[in-house]
Amino acid sequence: MLVLFFLSSGLFLGWSLGANDAANVFGTAVGSRMIRFATAALICSVFVVLGSVAGGAGAAGTLGQLGAIDAMGGAFMVAFAAAVTITVMTKLGLPVSTSQAVVGAIIGWNFFSGVLTDTAALSKIVATWIVCPLLAGAFAALFYVLTQRLVRRLRPHLLWDDMATRWALIAVGAFGSYSLGANNIGNVMGVFVPVAPFSGLDLPFGLALSGAQQLFLLGGLAIALGVYTYSRHVMGTVGGNLFKLTPQMALVVVLAQSVVLFLFASQRLEHALLSVGLPALPLVPVSSSQAVIGAVVGLGLLKGGHGIRYRVLVDIAAGWVTTPIIACFLAFVGLFVLQNVFSVQVNRPHAFELSPQVIERVDRLGLPVDGLAELAGGRYTTQLSLNRTLRGGTALDAKQRERVVRAAEVDRYLVDSARVAQDIKPGWFEPEQIAAVSSLAGREYRHGWQLLEELEALTPAWRLLPETPRNRLDNDRRQKQRRLVLVALRSAPVESPVTE
Amino acid sequence: MPILLFNRTRALVAQIDEFLDTVGQAALLFESGVADYVAGRQEQFDTHYRAIEDAEHGADELRRDIEKQLYRHSLIPEARGDVLGLLETTDDVVNQAKHTLGMFLVERPRLLPGMDEDWRALGATAARTAEAVVLATRAFFRDPYTVNDHLHKVYFYEKEGDRQAMALKRKIFDADTDLALKLHLRQFVLNVDRVSDAAEEVADRLAIYTIKRTV
Repeated sequence: MLVLFFLSSGLFLGWSLGANDAANVFGTAVGSRMIRFATAALICSVFVVLGSVAGGAGAAGTLGQLGAIDAMGGAFMVAFAAAVTITVMTKLGLPVSTSQAVVGAIIGWNFFSGVLTDTAALSKIVATWIVCPLLAGAFAALFYVLTQRLVRRLRPHLLWDDMATRWALIAVGAFGSYSLGANNIGNVMGVFVPVAPFSGLDLPFGLALSGAQQLFLLGGLAIALGVYTYSRHVMGTVGGNLFKLTPQMALVVVLAQSVVLFLFASQRLEHALLSVGLPALPLVPVSSSQAVIGAVVGLGLLKGGHGIRYRVLVDIAAGWVTTPIIACFLAFVGLFVLQNVFSVQVNRPHAFELSPQVIERVDRLGLPVDGLAELAGGRYTTQLSLNRTLRGGTALDAKQRERVVRAAEVDRYLVDSARVAQDIKPGWFEPEQIAAVSSLAGREYRHGWQLLEELEALTPAWRLLPETPRNRLDNDRRQKQRRLVLVALRSAPVESPVTE
Repeated sequence: MPILLFNRTRALVAQIDEFLDTVGQAALLFESGVADYVAGRQEQFDTHYRAIEDAEHGADELRRDIEKQLYRHSLIPEARGDVLGLLETTDDVVNQAKHTLGMFLVERPRLLPGMDEDWRALGATAARTAEAVVLATRAFFRDPYTVNDHLHKVYFYEKEGDRQAMALKRKIFDADTDLALKLHLRQFVLNVDRVSDAAEEVADRLAIYTIKRTV
């Protein structure tokens, strides 16, 4: 019951995403009366749910890296702060991006919990805020030129053109909804993934839903509810604000947006590109609003840029800057209230120590250990406090300090046979990996890397491969397996740290 | 469902084509009707009048049906208003042609000698204008980028019609006959030329709608 209460903020966020972002997919089609609202809502709901469950894992993982929120209370407040930001800004008539609100709220949690923000993941996400609209604009211009050429070559009757545009809008809208579900479910439910208590569910006909997929299904249904209950208003008004669109332009905008969302969400595409040695785009939840605006501006510029209302564009850009800041602030204040007024746990207690084993480990990682010995023996409750100490006492750079902090984390991992049988299942893990874990039954570890080092020694199936583009897929999978085994075998909360 | 929509679209495209065929046919009937009256072939004139009456009735029915379907199935929402306006003004060309022949039928004006060729040429120019506008309208539906190729012909014929009408009116008023007949004949010159004017009205709308579709 409590789980459902905590999840409610994610569902609220899903609802607001459905209400706002579904309008990005079908708004222009419904606004221009090419498709009825009932048809649009049905297609959008079905494909959003499908996309969330079948393709949601890729983009959701990146938010998990940005800030691995480790308590339900924290996840609740992060989603709630993001949802409140979106709702308030929408009510004020300011354009808003769900992705930015969520990222801002996660950083708020990181500040509050003293967790280091993963700079690599953050820069990856922020870079997409710039790349996504540019890419959408370029795609829109390209698709428009191609569509126009095709129309001039085929010379269809106005009515055939109308019918083809309708069907294309439905097909592209379905694709857009799938991409929206696959990409943006990470925004809605991503923060709950590390803390959700759902276990795998076996369904008839050999189907199975992982815990994350069950979360994504719930989120997808919340988005669908948002589509049905509130998106009608937004759909009616979207599109015409920035630049007047014809049905063909609307089609091109939706197509460009869907392709961009798909590029940033598709694990299969990433696999395909990497397997032939090509670079792939990062799998990151991007903003459908940004993609739509990028596409519309791209079309406007293609048409000479005369019809674009630049004032509206400036307002939108201002919204992109303020959204993450507001969400970050709200999350920080909300977490403070939740923890201190309602006594709800918003993060798991952590402990960090610079023991001789940790320093040996740091040395094995190839990092400089000068100055670490002087800091040995100290214990810390947050990543930030240890990071501060390292900054003062060593010459390590920011990335190196991040790695030392991760190595110094203290926890308790117990290889319990019952949990191994329950959570380390074939399908997710290879037989050699399961055998290696089982052979360590009864052993206990103080650091996650100690368990992983032993597993690596037992079988190469647990080792990471050399970092080459071709190995990236296998390494991604192994990283996931390594995270899963640590989550599964982490036993009791760590004992309270004594010194700072 | 897709087959149903496919059939509906195909039927509607056929109806629009049939409507434009009817307008083109009415233009030819008008030209023949004027020529028959000038030549005094009363029987043929009556036949052509009845045919243009049927054409006008058929065009009205088709236009109403097309309009109803466009609204009922909310087709071409962006261009619907333009298309309805276009069909109505095109229908006015047929109405004007029928109205003018009807005037010849009822009022039986006494044409002055030596002007038969002028009357025939005026009727033919009005028919050419209407035919050119039918081609332009067809192009609007199928290939809007070529509409202008037809529109310049409409404007050319319409101007030519005005010139011919002016010349004929001068001839009539220069003739040695009573003023009542001159005024009566002037009414007919104006009404024959109004077919060209109605076609020009369609062309003016087409020019704007085409810009809207191709920008």
